[in-house]
Amino acid sequence: MRLAEEGADIIAADLCEQVASVGYPLATPQDLDETARQVRALGRRVFAVQADVRDYAGLAKALDEAVAELGRLDIVSANAGILSHGTADALDEACWQDMIDINLTGAWHTAKAAVPHLIAGGRGGSIVLTSSGVVMKGTPNFAHYVSAKHGLVGLTRTLARELAPHWVRVNALHPGNVDTAMLRNPETLRLFRPDLENPTVEDVSAEFQKTNAMPIPWLDPIDISNALLFLASEEARYITGVSLPVDAGYALI
Amino acid sequence: MAGRVDGKVAFITGAARGQGRSHAVRLAEEGADIIAVDIAEDIASVRRFYPGATEADLAETVKEVEALGRNIVAAKADVRDYDALQKALDDGVAQLGHVDIVSANAAIWIFGDLAHEVAEQDWQDLIDVNLTGVWHTAKAAIPHLIAQRTGGSIIITSSTAGLRGSPRAVQYVTSKHAVIGLMRTLAMELAPHSIRVNTVNPTGVDTIMIQNEATWRLFLPEVAYPTREQAAEVFTPTNALPIPWVEPRDVSNAVLFLASDEARYITGTTLLVDAGYTLK
Repeated sequence: MRLAEEGADIIAADLCEQVASVGYPLATPQDLDETARQVRALGRRVFAVQADVRDYAGLAKALDEAVAELGRLDIVSANAGILSHGTADALDEACWQDMIDINLTGAWHTAKAAVPHLIAGGRGGSIVLTSSGVVMKGTPNFAHYVSAKHGLVGLTRTLARELAPHWVRVNALHPGNVDTAMLRNPETLRLFRPDLENPTVEDVSAEFQKTNAMPIPWLDPIDISNALLFLASEEARYITGVSLPVDAGYALI
Repeated sequence: MAGRVDGKVAFITGAARGQGRSHAVRLAEEGADIIAVDIAEDIASVRRFYPGATEADLAETVKEVEALGRNIVAAKADVRDYDALQKALDDGVAQLGHVDIVSANAAIWIFGDLAHEVAEQDWQDLIDVNLTGVWHTAKAAIPHLIAQRTGGSIIITSSTAGLRGSPRAVQYVTSKHAVIGLMRTLAMELAPHSIRVNTVNPTGVDTIMIQNEATWRLFLPEVAYPTREQAAEVFTPTNALPIPWVEPRDVSNAVLFLASDEARYITGTTLLVDAGYTLK
């Protein structure tokens, strides 16, 4: 929505299915339709497609079709990610593998599918990988998530160097906790209030706020979108290879 | 269309020329009024490398901001002189009503000696301006920001030299590292007041600070009379993107982003505007 507000057409991909190791409901085809509807309501074009970032061939095919329809590709937001939890010694193999496959390999697939279009376009481009504030510290119960999000930093820095000669910039965003379904679900909330069987968002607000330097419990999605917009825009034309925290000072404390 | 910092007032040090003027103009373009200070004089230890800004330079900044239809209060003040700096800011706030954005930008560049050979005065002048001057700038502004109870954004200009060493520039590298420590501490102290504190960390910027023969010679020691073109050739491979340096406006765009409400929860960070310099 934020990029469309500022004039971009959108290629929107989402799995729109559940992943077994994830304990909260993932997006549905109806959610993707709603994204498409909202982009169109802004007067922008949208190519929405169900695709799995784990499936490189499927993702690349979807992107190729979308670029053929919309005519070009300039901005890439490798945003798809999941959350699950367990101490490192207790994580089961599938839980680890789903995480790495989606949150790390999925981002590489996204870049891999996009780079040929960006280079062929000859106008440079901006790739933004959504890493996480957890990269600034470890976080108990999330060894697989923290590992994947650290991996994205290495991927960002390497892509940035490989693609700089083509004027393709590559940066990482490091959000703190963001008020989305990934956070706003009983399983995640219970991690912060293990004393309650069914904690509400209000119950965990104080615990979340303690993790930030600024006096807020979490960020809104628009805050991450604004940072994405900045990195995607010409105003950031010489910013590449950076890790930009959007975290209310989470990394400071 | 509403500007991105409409209704805000920005306090900018080193505003007579270079990045400081560019920040003033860019923020004014997006709706901010400006409190501009500059020493507008030579500093003896710097003069052998490049001339200081002048009162005419500061007047040009005033003219360019006013041409955009914004208000500006400009004063000749030295960031090393806390009382003078505070007075300049207080006068500006009295005239413009408040202060919301602080760009601690004033800095000098003295270089060429190995660390153990640096003259006492060269070290002292640089640390006084580039580090203590930044603390003074924050110290003068923070009481206003807290009293207003409307948050605020302090942006300190560090450098890629704040994250990397660089031979024959020990006092500069030390000062630019130190302001990151200052930023991180201020960010923690001021977060409860919703005042954000960040640094911008540019690679070389196309201003007189690097565009002078002495600086070019540092990178081209074998050339008697180096040129801007020769400097560009040796600067380019230090960046990942194929450019020798960035423009002041590129840093201003990063300052604008951090100053705006679009960055309302970004604090404590070092925002590189470095064309990939630190990747290499």
